[in-house]
Amino acid sequence: MGRILLNVEEFKKYFPVKGGLFSKPAYIRAVDGVSFQVEKGETFGVVGESGSGKTTLGMMVLKLIEPTSGKMYFDGIEITSIKGREFKKLRKRMGIVFQDPSASLNPRMTVRGTLRRPLAIHGVKRGEEVEKRILSMLEKVGLGREHLDRYPHELSGGQQQRVAIARAMILNPDLVVHDEPTSSLDVSVQSQILNLLLRLQNEFNLTYLFITHDLVTVRHVSDRIAVMYLGKIVEIAETDELFKNTMHPYTVALLSAAPIPNPEVKSVKRFIVGGEPPSPINPPQGCRFHPRCRYVTKECISQEPRLLEVEKNHYVACHRSCELDLSSYTRDLWRIMEEAIAGSERMIIKT
Amino acid sequence: MNTPLLDVKGLRTYFYTGRGVVKAVDGVNFIIKEDEVFCLVGETGCGKSVTALSIMRLIPYPGKILDGSMLYKGKNLLKLSESEIRKIRGREIAMIFQNPMNSLNPVFTIGYQISEAPITHFNLSRQDGWKKAVELIEKVKMPDAEVRAKTFPHVLSGGMRQRSMIAMMISCEPNLLIADEPTTSVDVTIQAQLMHLLKEIKEKRRMSIMLITHNFGLVAETGDRVAVMYCGKIVEIGSVKEIFREPMHPYTQGLLRCLPIGFERKKQLDSIPGTIPNPINPPPGCRFYPRCKYTVEKCKLQEPLQIDLGKGHLVACHLCGG
Repeated sequence: MGRILLNVEEFKKYFPVKGGLFSKPAYIRAVDGVSFQVEKGETFGVVGESGSGKTTLGMMVLKLIEPTSGKMYFDGIEITSIKGREFKKLRKRMGIVFQDPSASLNPRMTVRGTLRRPLAIHGVKRGEEVEKRILSMLEKVGLGREHLDRYPHELSGGQQQRVAIARAMILNPDLVVHDEPTSSLDVSVQSQILNLLLRLQNEFNLTYLFITHDLVTVRHVSDRIAVMYLGKIVEIAETDELFKNTMHPYTVALLSAAPIPNPEVKSVKRFIVGGEPPSPINPPQGCRFHPRCRYVTKECISQEPRLLEVEKNHYVACHRSCELDLSSYTRDLWRIMEEAIAGSERMIIKT
Repeated sequence: MNTPLLDVKGLRTYFYTGRGVVKAVDGVNFIIKEDEVFCLVGETGCGKSVTALSIMRLIPYPGKILDGSMLYKGKNLLKLSESEIRKIRGREIAMIFQNPMNSLNPVFTIGYQISEAPITHFNLSRQDGWKKAVELIEKVKMPDAEVRAKTFPHVLSGGMRQRSMIAMMISCEPNLLIADEPTTSVDVTIQAQLMHLLKEIKEKRRMSIMLITHNFGLVAETGDRVAVMYCGKIVEIGSVKEIFREPMHPYTQGLLRCLPIGFERKKQLDSIPGTIPNPINPPPGCRFYPRCKYTVEKCKLQEPLQIDLGKGHLVACHLCGG
């Protein structure tokens, strides 16, 4: 075990929703009791479908949203209660990259202006130094001097995301939260950005919190993965373990829903769940996945399962995790998926 | 081999914008056979949606179909008058769009909206139309069909909206269903459900589906044949198995190789350098040459023609010519 950089304990965020005048106020339970730890230098992936609370979680880690309850330690310091100037010192050590760069970059600021802001706010004001740091950061993300005076609309989606990454990393942070950094980009650009993120992580020994709905991407970049469903973490494990020894029925459903880019295997054993995620305003009693789960028992309906360490470093929140053997579903899927590309090594044009 | 259901030849659709002529679709040829799933893949702006809209003759201003022919069961869709094409739209060829919320009317119940097409095309009464709508809602496996028919689109979840779109589109039992990124706006578990439903309907009705997507996983799982588009042109076309086993065009190869699958974790992925060129001023010669790692002099000067590699596998690349 390395040093723990981020320790989140029982994070909750309830958003009030307006009801009628006399009705009780209702709450969207976006994140409902989530605990995890992230080691220094690792990539911690968070996967889930829309409405699972993964984005809210990322925002809370950076204190962009105040949690309703819960505690968080950053590098050993309890930061949920720190405010204002004190917190600004720590803020410098965190960065965030959002999903859609055309929305997260200020359309009226040039690239130089965008990258100068974080430096100015954190006290780097000397002209030459600012210029030098901006340029070296731009080069690291694969852009150059010629992009300095451009506005976001003059850049392509991939270039915009590179600027957003540069902005997040220009203060040499320890932790960077990536909220779906590649999902608004085209396939060919996605892999460029993933490569860049991996390279930067190696170079600066960064810690990533990587939030996405795309399992294939999260598998590639993450050391450990947490799977979220309706505001709760249902499973945490190291990446290979999660894919080879999947224990929670929801994780299995999520994994086997991902279409496999290999036409030779049209008939794999599939685990398709019916129904849709229920509303987070009134989540089901007991296990939140029980209305869609095919292994449901009485216990699942009445009692909420806790996240327990079932095997070493493998946490599952399921009453039946010990008796069910679900790994056969995903192990096969995964083998097939890896084979798919092994074949493609031959794809080189004969000139 | 029977005659194709749809035969598109030399289709050119340009948009006359203030900044110049966008050659969105620039000479596209393909056929769709009966009872098959034909996929069109490509990145943003490559012209796949415009191709679909051209088939439906729904190109908005300032776009114009300049050239080409589209033979549907022997009739050229481009030569039909507006009233004739209306009889085909929805009845023979139907289309599902990416975001169902934009295609559903927020002020009418979904039952009403589903019943519209059968009422128009089969001269049904309102009551019969409504009965038909409820039946269709059952067919797309929405629970409580009677109740659902009376709800408005905003009450439904994304998956349910897309199901009602599917119900609407199969209401007149079309021969060709064009699905333009039907699952991009929904989650993976819902995507799996919807694709399962589409496949089931296709089996039952023996209709053809033209699936437009950027997801190679979906192509592999549902497609029979696939065409890869780049910058307004089809660069490669063939059976799905063939294209995945032996992609010949450098662009197809690049796309398949940059999926983060099968790579050792955290290793650098293959990627295609650069970005998609501006469709107003595409590069001369082969449009892919500025990003291609095999470029030779000829690629910059001459536009490659489609070469037949046998078994219906066509590729437009100078380097694949024998």
